[in-house]
Amino acid sequence: MEMVVCIKQVPMVSELPWDPATGTLKRDLAEGMMNPACRHALEAALQLKARHGGRITALTMGPPMAEEVLRQALALGADQGFLISDPAMAGSDTFVTSFILATAVKKYCPNFDLVLCGCYTTDSETAQVGPQLAEELDLPAAAFVEEIAKKKNCLIVKRLSDGFIETLEMDLPGLVTVSTRHYAPRYFSLAGIEDAFPDAAPIRTLSAVDLGLERGSIGVQASPTRIVNVYTSRTEKQNVILRGAPKQIVEELLDRFGDRIGGAMGKDIEK
Amino acid sequence: MKQKLEIWVFGDYRNYFQNRVTLQLIGKAVELAKEIKATVCAVVIGHELDEWIGEYIAHGARRVYVVEDPVLKEYDAATYAFLTARLAEVHKPDILLVGATSFGREFAPRVAKRLKTGLTADCVGLAIDQDSLLVQTAPSFGGNLLADIVTPKQRPQMATVRPGIFREIPHNYEAKGKIIRMPLPIDLSSRRLRLRKSERQPHQSKKLEDAAIVICSGRGIGSRKKFNNLYELAGLTDAEVGATRPLVYAGWAGHDSLVGQAGKIIRPKILFSFGVSGAIQHTAAVNDAEFIIAVNKNPKATMMKMADVAIVADAGQVCSALIRELKKRIR
Ligand SMILES: Cc1cc2nc3c(=O)[nH]c(=O)nc-3n(C[C@H](O)[C@H](O)[C@H](O)COP(=O)(O)OP(=O)(O)OC[C@H]3O[C@@H](n4cnc5c(N)ncnc54)[C@H](O)[C@@H]3O)c2cc1C
Ligand SMILES: Nc1ncnc2c1ncn2[C@@H]1O[C@H](COP(=O)(O)O)[C@@H](O)[C@H]1O
Repeated sequence: MEMVVCIKQVPMVSELPWDPATGTLKRDLAEGMMNPACRHALEAALQLKARHGGRITALTMGPPMAEEVLRQALALGADQGFLISDPAMAGSDTFVTSFILATAVKKYCPNFDLVLCGCYTTDSETAQVGPQLAEELDLPAAAFVEEIAKKKNCLIVKRLSDGFIETLEMDLPGLVTVSTRHYAPRYFSLAGIEDAFPDAAPIRTLSAVDLGLERGSIGVQASPTRIVNVYTSRTEKQNVILRGAPKQIVEELLDRFGDRIGGAMGKDIEK
Repeated sequence: MKQKLEIWVFGDYRNYFQNRVTLQLIGKAVELAKEIKATVCAVVIGHELDEWIGEYIAHGARRVYVVEDPVLKEYDAATYAFLTARLAEVHKPDILLVGATSFGREFAPRVAKRLKTGLTADCVGLAIDQDSLLVQTAPSFGGNLLADIVTPKQRPQMATVRPGIFREIPHNYEAKGKIIRMPLPIDLSSRRLRLRKSERQPHQSKKLEDAAIVICSGRGIGSRKKFNNLYELAGLTDAEVGATRPLVYAGWAGHDSLVGQAGKIIRPKILFSFGVSGAIQHTAAVNDAEFIIAVNKNPKATMMKMADVAIVADAGQVCSALIRELKKRIR
């Protein structure tokens, strides 16, 4: 089975959230890691390959340092890697990202049977790239998939969707986005990666020109969405202190904050 | 004459009784519509839809676009996206809102792609700016920051929104709405993705991580009996109950409900914290709670400093009083 796994490098915030020395969250944004859901997608591909044979292509779009995740993928068992990297692509939203990834798949892996994505990334969390890639490539697709089995020319996939356990049959070629529930990724040692792939690693870097993409079709200018403002969600705390008899306290609490509590419940709390 | 703008809300009725996100979005759309003088519309696709059409009109939709056919009986993201995009191409909504359910998050990106427009995922706020653009507020960078996002040129402006962010407006079964039906544009009976089996997940308590309201308790709650009272409060507020490590070790709560370094990281909209001191192994896992109400006898406890509302009182007594008061006030 010919498989393409889309892998994104994300800042290392959620995988090692704790600094054991200080007990605080590590927010070293300079360090990147393979997005956790992408590791699950890769694991799913590796298991399919072990069963049914075939080839795995790892595909990532990002800055030059994103090559790291391709090396990791190769160390784990992927066969080749493509790094799509071009300053002109900076600021691409999911609409453009899925377009660029689709262009690369069509040009460099036209005979694929299955595209695997992570279900979401820890930095943008949109969960949009997979489904949009399916539209670009005109593929049947299932999102948030937990288990994949191959049966003749179909895949049987299982997933949990809004409280329903669904079993779906999907024609190939197709696309899945893999959830982080089932395919626990295997581990690799970082030193091993360096040893295994000095320079001869089968990784190719692709620019916009290689992909035949015009500048007007990529990057910020081609993205339908614009970020107009970024700010911290936690404004200076207006700490309200309530004391007294419990009955009075809860009356005051509901008078002042009942809207907010009711809003979270989706019900009305009378004033 | 310039046609009146339309705000569309996708009718995600599959989990109507558990999940009122469509009604919440209609409620918000009614508010937004006033600012841009728009008509609030719902889109409903499927089979045997009268009940939902009626509900959406009763909750504020003035127009309902309907595609109804037995072949649409099963929720299918690709098919529903195709049909919604078709409807949008014809009627050109200014805004299209979708609930961030599993289905919505698979469906909306495909609609946006087909319509060549932008989509903001998992919004926590929606507003209209001075240029009449929809400002979509979404968490970014792992939820540490909020970003305001607009779609300046393409239409519709699209957003998915988590359940529980907005409030539905009370129903009015006298309300009137116009129903516009679209016949199936093509034969949709052969599919490349086929649903073979679908069963309801055996009842499972909503996971702590996803809960909009969490009631978290520490040793200060005092006794197992008082701790168990929190479940009544949780029932009233549709909340999940979490606990600190001493309570889990004591066996009052299961390991599933441990909040902290060794347990779950939560980010509810409201966190009630009863008798929790605020050790770092616990607090780092509740940092992303939007609004914290803490009850502690000690006003200097770390948890009280982190709280938006710090209640200096006995945890068990406040819990009982809150149960009594909520029973009177919840409509
Ligand atoms: C490696 C490691 C991992 C850990 N992981 C976790 C974890 O995942 N989760 C976790 O929770 N802990 C964890 N801990 C334990 C953590 O350090 C704290 O010990 C624990 O969180 C304290 O729980 P508490 O707040 O319930 O109890 P306490 O610290 O004993 O606090 C009780 C609080 O209740 C107040 N109080 C007392 N009586 C009343 C009353 N009548 N009414 C109101 N308030 C009252 C007190 O003023 C006090 O602030 C971990 C510790 C280690 C070393
Ligand atoms: N820059 C990228 N390069 C490769 N794959 C990506 C990229 N961005 C997103 N993806 C894929 O799309 C999935 C969902 O990403 P997102 O829509 O950003 O949450 C990821 O898990 C990846 O599989």
